[in-house]
Amino acid sequence: MSESLPSTAMPVSRLIEEFSKLPGVGPKSAQRLTYYLLRASQEDAQALAQAILEVKEKIILCSVCQNITDSDPCAICNNDQRDRWIICVVEEPLDILALERTGSYRGMYHVLHGVISPMDGIGPDDLKVRELLARLKSDEVREVIMATNPNLEGEATSMYLTRLITPLGLKVTRLARGLPMGADLEYADNVTLARALEGRQEV
Amino acid sequence: MTAPKLYKTTAVVLRQRKLGEADKILTLFTPNLGKLDAVAKGVRRPKSKLAGHVEPLTYTTFLIAKGRELDVVTQAQALEAFLPLREELERTSRAFYVAELVDRLTPERQESFPVFRLLLETLQRLATGSRLDIALRFFEMRLLETLGYRPQLEECVVCGKPLEAVANNWSVESGGVVCPACARNLPMSQTISLNALKMMRLLQKGSYTDCSRVKTAPALETELERHLRQYLFYTLERDVRSTRFLDTLRRSGAAFKSANGQG
Repeated sequence: MSESLPSTAMPVSRLIEEFSKLPGVGPKSAQRLTYYLLRASQEDAQALAQAILEVKEKIILCSVCQNITDSDPCAICNNDQRDRWIICVVEEPLDILALERTGSYRGMYHVLHGVISPMDGIGPDDLKVRELLARLKSDEVREVIMATNPNLEGEATSMYLTRLITPLGLKVTRLARGLPMGADLEYADNVTLARALEGRQEV
Repeated sequence: MTAPKLYKTTAVVLRQRKLGEADKILTLFTPNLGKLDAVAKGVRRPKSKLAGHVEPLTYTTFLIAKGRELDVVTQAQALEAFLPLREELERTSRAFYVAELVDRLTPERQESFPVFRLLLETLQRLATGSRLDIALRFFEMRLLETLGYRPQLEECVVCGKPLEAVANNWSVESGGVVCPACARNLPMSQTISLNALKMMRLLQKGSYTDCSRVKTAPALETELERHLRQYLFYTLERDVRSTRFLDTLRRSGAAFKSANGQG
C-alpha cells in the first residue's frame, strides 16, 4: 500500500505510513497530508504533534458515566442543573454528542463503550455494565433510557440490560423506533414498519 | 461455479462488518452459491433504504453486482425478518449461535443447499417454536453430518461391536460413542447416559417433529448440550464465541429467578 519508493526519504515514507493507518485515509490522502506538513511551518507541525500526544495523555473516562473527558467527573456529570433521576444509556461517546444536539434532553448519560456482539466474543462483561449497575444503586435514579442503536446487537444489549435493571424497581424505557424523517413507506422493511405501527401515537 | 455480472439470490444474512464510513460487509448464506461476502453501501447512514433489509438473521432477496474485489449489493428486499427473534433474548442469543456456527463451519462459495435449508428452518423454529434447545441440538447434529463430521452412535467406534443398552462413553477424539471396555484406554472420554444416546440417535435420524415431541428433563438437555458442545469444540478446534453469551444468560437467568423468589 504505502511502499517506500527508493527516492523517498525514510521519515517521509514513515509519516505516510502512519497517516494511512487512520480511518478513511488512503495512500493518496496520506501522501497529501505528509507533503502539506513538509511545507508547513515548524510551529504548525509541533502544534499537531502536541495535540495528538495530549489527546492520549489527558483524555480519561469519566468515573461516573464513562464518557471521554479531560476532567473527572465530566462536564455533564458535574452539571447540577441536569436531571439526576434519569440516565440515558448509549453505545459510544459520539452518541452523546448526537443526543446533546437535540437540546431537549436534560438528564444524565452512561456510555457502554460497545455493544453485545456474541459472534465477535463481546459480552456484557466487556462493556461498562458493572459501572452502570453501581450507579443505579443510588436512590435518585428513577428511569433508564436504552439508547443503543436499533440494530440486532443494539437490541440484544437493550434487552439484556432491561432484564438486569427491571428487578431493581426502576422504569426502563427504549428510544422510539420506526420510520426516520424523510423515509418512504414503500422502501421500509417489515421490522421498521411493524415497530412504527406499534409505536403509533395519538395526534 | 461462476456467476454472471449481475446476479439474483436469496440469502440469510449471517453477520455484518463495518467498512469505511458508511458501508458494511455482509456475510450471506445462499441456497445455491454457499457463503459469500458482499458490500452494502451507505447502510450506516440514517436515511439508508437498504439498512433494514440487510440486518443479521434476515432472510432477504438480493440483487448483487460482481465487483473486482468484493461484490456489491444493488438491491435488497427482506422476505422474512423473524421479528420474534429480535424481541426475546432467549431466541436472539440462540440465533446468534446458529449464525456463528454456519459462518465458522462453512467454506466460502461452496454450494450447500442442505445447510441453507437447515439454517432457514432452524431460524424459523427459534423464532416461533417453544423447544429452543432441542432446535439447537437438532441443528448441531444435522450440520455436523452435512459437513462430514457425523458422530458414530450405533457401534463402538473403536472395536465395532454394537452398543449395549448401558451407559457408554462419548469420545470426541474417536468421533462418537465408545463401549465401556474400549473407553478404559480413552481418558478424555465422558460418560453418556442411555437416554442421552437414544435422544442423540433420534436427533441424527429422526424428523424434527419427532425430536420436539420427546419430553426431555433439564438434566438430559444439559447433558446433550455438553456432549455436542465438546464435539463441536474438538471439530472446530476453538470455542464458538456465542456460547459465552448463552452461558451468561443462563447464569443471570438463575440469578433473576432467585431474586424474584422463583426457581
